[in-house]
Amino acid sequence: MSLDVQSLACARGGVRILAGVSFAVARGEALILRGPNGSGKTTLLRTLAGLTPPLSGKVAAPPEGVAYAGHADGLKAQLSVAENLAFWAGVFGATGISAAVDAFDLAELLDRPAGNLSAGQKRRLSLARLLVTGRPVWCLDEPTVSLDVDNVARFARAVGTHLAAGGAAVIATHIDLGLPGAKSLDITPFTRAHQPRRPHHDDPFLSEGAL
Amino acid sequence: MKGLLLRDLRLAIRAGGGFGLGLAFFLIVTVLMPFGIGPETGIITAVAPGILWVGALLACLLSLDRIFALDWEDGSLELLATSPLPLEALAGVKALAHWLTTGLPLVAAAPVLAVLLNLPVPGFGWLIASLAVGTPALSAIGTFGAALTVGVKRGGLLLSLLVLPLYVPTLLFGAEVARRGAQGLDALTPLALLAGISLLALAAMPFAAAAALRVNLR
Amino acid sequence: MSIWEYANPRKFMATSGALLPWVSALAAILVVGGLVWGFFFTPDDFRMGSSVKVIYIHVPTAIMGSSAWFMMLVTSLIWLIRRHHVSALAAKAAAPVGMVFTLIGLITGAIWGQPMWGTWWEWDPRLTAFLVLFLFYLGYMALWEAIENPDAAADLTSVLCLVGTVFAVISRYALVFWNQGLHQGASLSLDPEQNVADVFAYPLWTCIIGFLFLFLALVLYRTRTEIRARRLRALIQRERMA
Repeated sequence: MSLDVQSLACARGGVRILAGVSFAVARGEALILRGPNGSGKTTLLRTLAGLTPPLSGKVAAPPEGVAYAGHADGLKAQLSVAENLAFWAGVFGATGISAAVDAFDLAELLDRPAGNLSAGQKRRLSLARLLVTGRPVWCLDEPTVSLDVDNVARFARAVGTHLAAGGAAVIATHIDLGLPGAKSLDITPFTRAHQPRRPHHDDPFLSEGAL
Repeated sequence: MKGLLLRDLRLAIRAGGGFGLGLAFFLIVTVLMPFGIGPETGIITAVAPGILWVGALLACLLSLDRIFALDWEDGSLELLATSPLPLEALAGVKALAHWLTTGLPLVAAAPVLAVLLNLPVPGFGWLIASLAVGTPALSAIGTFGAALTVGVKRGGLLLSLLVLPLYVPTLLFGAEVARRGAQGLDALTPLALLAGISLLALAAMPFAAAAALRVNLR
Repeated sequence: MSIWEYANPRKFMATSGALLPWVSALAAILVVGGLVWGFFFTPDDFRMGSSVKVIYIHVPTAIMGSSAWFMMLVTSLIWLIRRHHVSALAAKAAAPVGMVFTLIGLITGAIWGQPMWGTWWEWDPRLTAFLVLFLFYLGYMALWEAIENPDAAADLTSVLCLVGTVFAVISRYALVFWNQGLHQGASLSLDPEQNVADVFAYPLWTCIIGFLFLFLALVLYRTRTEIRARRLRALIQRERMA
């Protein structure tokens, strides 16, 4: 089992957003997170990546096994494409960047400063970073933003290769990636609006009775 | 860690002005001071160590909010937080990069500016020594302040307000070394105390900065 | 029953609400009594004249100004270790009170210093240390105001309080070292416990205890306000989310 989540509750800015989230993603599996804007997909992914501590519940993942990609590309405009990738490869202890370059067709852009790239090219570079992390579990937040149809397909192929190699992925997205055998999870039932109002709240300042 | 240091240095050189900004500020502060004090050489000589130290401190302060803010804005900071690199090491490397791009040039420029302020000759060695030993503490403490305020929009002023009181002991001992050195008094004792503060800051601040970063990232 | 139950907001509100009238009354009686006793029923000092009477405000406020920071250190540690929200809010509540006491201590010190040493301000280690403490209060309060999420603000200010304490203590000793070579500072920092005769000491102690209760009362009031503000915030947030 690559990722095992049990009755997880997540908070954003100290406010409980999701509660009772449970799912498991095995090696070679992808899970697509669905839910309307603001339902807590980003919060859930950040919790899975270990950035936000969970309010309660458990996330079991391989140690140092989660690679996260959020809305921001995390690129340095002054560095070239190759330098950006090589930096992340160095941080994650990867040996080379050629596989990542090939997977996202970056060979022609290698010497361009990242600041000169179009939004879609930046996105490809940002996603190529996932390959140099060498981590088995990918947590991706709207990875296909500003990608054209060809590059969405290219991204789907990269995810497919990752899964075939025994990796796993949790992806929040609204479009159909066409990943074979991908499971889908709608997080709406776990959001606040669908939770019963509990008399004993997690916030100690909301306990009933006058203060 | 080495990769991160090299990236930060490369960015500082390429980012258009980030590298020389502190140095230019140091120059301007030092040149402006005699205009405010008056042209009497005796007075300027007497206050030269203090001016140079306060100028270096302000120049250091100027670039502190760049330490984490740029990585915070483009999302690199949270990616780094999920990387194998511990946040403590990240804070340490950031402090080192800040010192190499700000503190070290200040140390190198100080003797030139000291000539302008008629610093007595025996004081030059002590001035360089005090800045070389003291500026790492300024960078380390400043990294902590930058980590505290990384989530705050337009946090530069707040950062100064938080960091300046923390700079008091470093400034006291640093300027004391330079002043005693210029007057030909024993400057080794304050230099040893300054080194103590620097070592304390270098040892403790990365942990405090990492704790603050962890809170700001969640 | 464990002492930590008082860290529950409801329990704290109930207990502090019951205590407050008594603490406030005690503070009023002791401060007014001590000041009247000190101002009108003690002789003038043979050396300092009537200017000695400022010690009845100066010494207690200076003591409370530095003790308030110590209290913030303890409550910050309790928050970091045991995550009791009331503890963090008590630290937040104590900061402005401590800052004002420190400021009063500085101003009364200047008022006392003018006739005694012929100058309003002297860069004496002890005076300067209080000035630095005042700056620490400013930074601490500014950080509370700047961070929106209250739990994150509590965490960050607590870390700042810990680090600040270390550097405040170092500053205190650095200042002694700094000023030693320039002039003798000892006469400026008269230790009242050693130098003041009993006629002055009894009303002074009354004032010190009175200001302690005044500090307690103010911190309790402010902590209660902070708890209510926090509850209000949580309620508004819940309504918005629902």
